[in-house]
Amino acid sequence: MSRPMNHTRFSGAQRLLHWTMAAGIVAMLFIGVGMLSTVAPSYVPLVATHKTLGMALFALVLVRLVLRVVLGAPPLPADLPAMMRFGAILSHWGLYGLMIVLPLLGWAMLSAADYPVVLLGHFRLPPIVPQSDSLHTLLWTAHRWLAFAFFALILLHVAAALFHALVRRDGVFEAMSPLPSGEPERPA
Amino acid sequence: MSRSSPRSPLVPLAVIALVVAGSAAAFAYTAGWLSPERLTPTRLVAALAPPGGPALGHRRNHAKGICFTGEFQSNGNGVALSTARVFTAGAWPVLGRFNLATPNPNAADATVRVRGMGLQISTPDGDVWRSAMIDPPIFAVSTPRAFYDLLQSAPKGGEAMKAFVGRHPEFTAFATWAGTAPWTSSYAEDPFNSLNSFLFTDAGGTTRAVRWSLRPVATPVSITPDELAKRGPNYLEQEIASRVAAAPQRWTMVVTVAEPGDETADPTKAWPAGRRMVEVGTLVVNKVIAEPDGPCRDLNFDPMVLPRGMSVSDDPFPAARSSAYARSYDLRTSEAKDYPRTAAAGSAKP
Repeated sequence: MSRPMNHTRFSGAQRLLHWTMAAGIVAMLFIGVGMLSTVAPSYVPLVATHKTLGMALFALVLVRLVLRVVLGAPPLPADLPAMMRFGAILSHWGLYGLMIVLPLLGWAMLSAADYPVVLLGHFRLPPIVPQSDSLHTLLWTAHRWLAFAFFALILLHVAAALFHALVRRDGVFEAMSPLPSGEPERPA
Repeated sequence: MSRSSPRSPLVPLAVIALVVAGSAAAFAYTAGWLSPERLTPTRLVAALAPPGGPALGHRRNHAKGICFTGEFQSNGNGVALSTARVFTAGAWPVLGRFNLATPNPNAADATVRVRGMGLQISTPDGDVWRSAMIDPPIFAVSTPRAFYDLLQSAPKGGEAMKAFVGRHPEFTAFATWAGTAPWTSSYAEDPFNSLNSFLFTDAGGTTRAVRWSLRPVATPVSITPDELAKRGPNYLEQEIASRVAAAPQRWTMVVTVAEPGDETADPTKAWPAGRRMVEVGTLVVNKVIAEPDGPCRDLNFDPMVLPRGMSVSDDPFPAARSSAYARSYDLRTSEAKDYPRTAAAGSAKP
């Protein structure tokens, strides 16, 4: 899906998107479980923020995919064991897939329940599916369980990133690090 | 263990394990999984269920009801209070539901003191205003937590309710209404009140706290619960269906504006007399449809579905109701097979 870069780090734009979206997605997951656990007045702003941030992240992931296709990604280290290489590729497909699917499921789930989809600032989105009890149940269940899967995958992603940074020290973490690199280019 | 050189992976691995475990714990805490005392929508809705369990496929409260359609004839006066399109002069389509405040869809009419109306008004700009109102002039308790307390105390009766009233003396006003207010034999003769306060914002940007009411145009005729019981367990639905078939039924919508110092956060407190009241239009109900395959069945009359020009006030109930209604909706739509859509099966009420 993408051509390997002949340099060792993601572009500045890709790193900025990664860390912006990382903060947004973690916030989304916490707001999601938090709003469903309360009947307090905070429920209202939490839901409004969840919907708005979710659609913003959906827009950002589309930009991110374009950049990924156009700019590619640095190659994984040549000495990375096959299992870790496989896990890296598989988990990244999973992460991208969930970034795309979860906002669509949320939007469709609200549509299937005949709720007006209103974001902060009273920005209203059209329904994308008709009202349906069975469809709503399916979408709601999928949204919920895929969100838990997303959180688990993010924990795995964080563990793997720290493993690269602290144990293997193989440059994989530095490729996406938000900090400027000390060594500008590594021979590809 | 002897390889405790600076390159030992033990410390980094411990750091990784801590980061993952800490994140998972924070997530579990946020989700309420570590907080059995947190009042979640799940617990609130579960507390509504009668001893035999909830009626699957039905609303978890206000389970007995009947759909209607009609229009809201706005006279334009509400424009002075809110920029919502619904208040500009015109007629806007309405979908609603008359209901009884019971978790039992088969409850006999005369056994249910509180009646309600769910209402949705749609305007051509795409905005939607949903409201769920009831007929008492004040609510039973001041906070959602107190409502949960009421749900847990009421089934125990006697001493438990005495203790409840001790904790929540505001309940007395509602109990007095329930014990003394006349009953009617028709939804068309009942008022329906928002009870909760909302904020209306006008074109000039001025925001005011308001409550609204639907006042019946029909003259109320009082009836004792015993007399109502004699007319049959489902008399109210039969009556409103035939009454509306004979002639459209009307309610006047009145918006009451709070003054500084009025209790906007506590729906057990009526506002003093003499507040500014604006008649904003007339609700006309011109068709009644059985719920099983009716248009109100799959609609959540979520009080947070508000048009532009309306918003939530410091009243804690709309948020709690929105959260609990969503839970009820998620449950009942997943149980749709337990509530058949054919009118014949749905009308098989005892």
